Amino acid sequence: MVGMATAESFVLAIGTKKGLWLATSSDRQQWSFTGPHFLMSEIPSIGIDTREGRTRIMVGVRSEHWGPTVAHSDDLGATWSEPEQGAVRFPEDTGAALERIWQIYPDAEERPGVVWAGAEPISVWKSTDGGEHFELNRGLWDHPHRSEWGAGYGGAAAHSIVVHPAGETVHVAMSTGGVYRSLDGGTSWEPRNRGISAYFMPDPNPEFGQCVHKIAADAAVDGRLYAQNHHGVYRTDDNADSWNSIAEGLPADFGFVMLTHPRREGTAWVIPLKADGERIPPDGELAVHRTDDAGSTWKRLSNGLPAGEYNSVLRDAASVDTAEPAGVYFGTRGGSVYASADEGATFREVVSHLPDVLCVRAAVISGA
Amino acid sequence: MVLPSVLQPLAGGQSVLTAPADGPVSVGKLLDAVTSDFAVLARRLRDETGALRRFVNVYVGGDEVRRLQGLETEVAPGQEVLVIQSVAGG
Repeated sequence: MVGMATAESFVLAIGTKKGLWLATSSDRQQWSFTGPHFLMSEIPSIGIDTREGRTRIMVGVRSEHWGPTVAHSDDLGATWSEPEQGAVRFPEDTGAALERIWQIYPDAEERPGVVWAGAEPISVWKSTDGGEHFELNRGLWDHPHRSEWGAGYGGAAAHSIVVHPAGETVHVAMSTGGVYRSLDGGTSWEPRNRGISAYFMPDPNPEFGQCVHKIAADAAVDGRLYAQNHHGVYRTDDNADSWNSIAEGLPADFGFVMLTHPRREGTAWVIPLKADGERIPPDGELAVHRTDDAGSTWKRLSNGLPAGEYNSVLRDAASVDTAEPAGVYFGTRGGSVYASADEGATFREVVSHLPDVLCVRAAVISGA
Repeated sequence: MVLPSVLQPLAGGQSVLTAPADGPVSVGKLLDAVTSDFAVLARRLRDETGALRRFVNVYVGGDEVRRLQGLETEVAPGQEVLVIQSVAGG
């Protein structure tokens, strides 16, 4: 209708082992794809920044031959740019070299231009120019625990960054090292893992060293976060001072994904895998599980998902959008991507037979 | 220095990059010289510590420089240096 607000549309970005695919949709049912972008490079991280009236897609790109870099596009992938000297570059005095960008996290609406990145080797970075240049967070880089942090199977990386909308509290999760919290915007960091198990260590309850796979914040409750651990699903209500299990009611407490609702209190999604030693959906039946009461109960969601699925879903291969109702998206290592426009009640396979899906991000954008 | 086709767009479409030299120079210095105008190309070949990326092979006189003196390997004036990506990935 003439005179109405610009229609909502949606962008879905799928990072795989061999390139990036982008899709747009006006209804989250039918998707129009482009790709592969960056063919033969893996795309382990994607950030979609919809602040300041533009849609900027930032991607962590890594070629086995030519190394890692960060590129961005302001025209939905028609063209890509990367800074001459690289967006993420270790200072000379560190003696370190970037291996892989694991996370690209646009900050809150109130801080346009601020984008965070998590990387391997374990490091956190902050950009104030919309992701074109990042600065190493020295507080975490110089942390005295660094020499004791380990590497998970996928490498030693900071893979989760959660910034409180007020800006001073930042939570980071790393594998392995666990959750670290800064109360001063990233200047100083303390481990915050009390209650999270590290069963694979001699002391299963260490101060740090946990293999937390993913953390996400409850958008409606200050100080509440959720964690999918290397065995264990947890919630904190005290800003990560302590964590309590919310795994009861799930078919397994292993997995990589943790998603939270963009607005609603108590709603989170996980995608359980059977166990560390059996990284497949329980009984070979792929399902998403959602809680609407902060983990007290869980609902199994599999409408539209295939029967018999033995591929896993990696920690960043899942996303929510900010629409109402929220969309839920995820991809498997078998190259299928599923989308739900109703918070997981029903899924639809939007693409199949891609290379291993490493990262999925979705966003609401203005116009078609 | 001869580039593989996949890197040529990062060198303005050139397949061969040259640098003036009065005498022998090291592979490292040659890389500095020929990539001085092509920063992205430089990052594809070496990381920020200056090390050759793991699957980038540089050949001087038919030998890969890791079997010679690495980036200190000398290149004579006029000598051809080949950059070839190794067989890697799946």
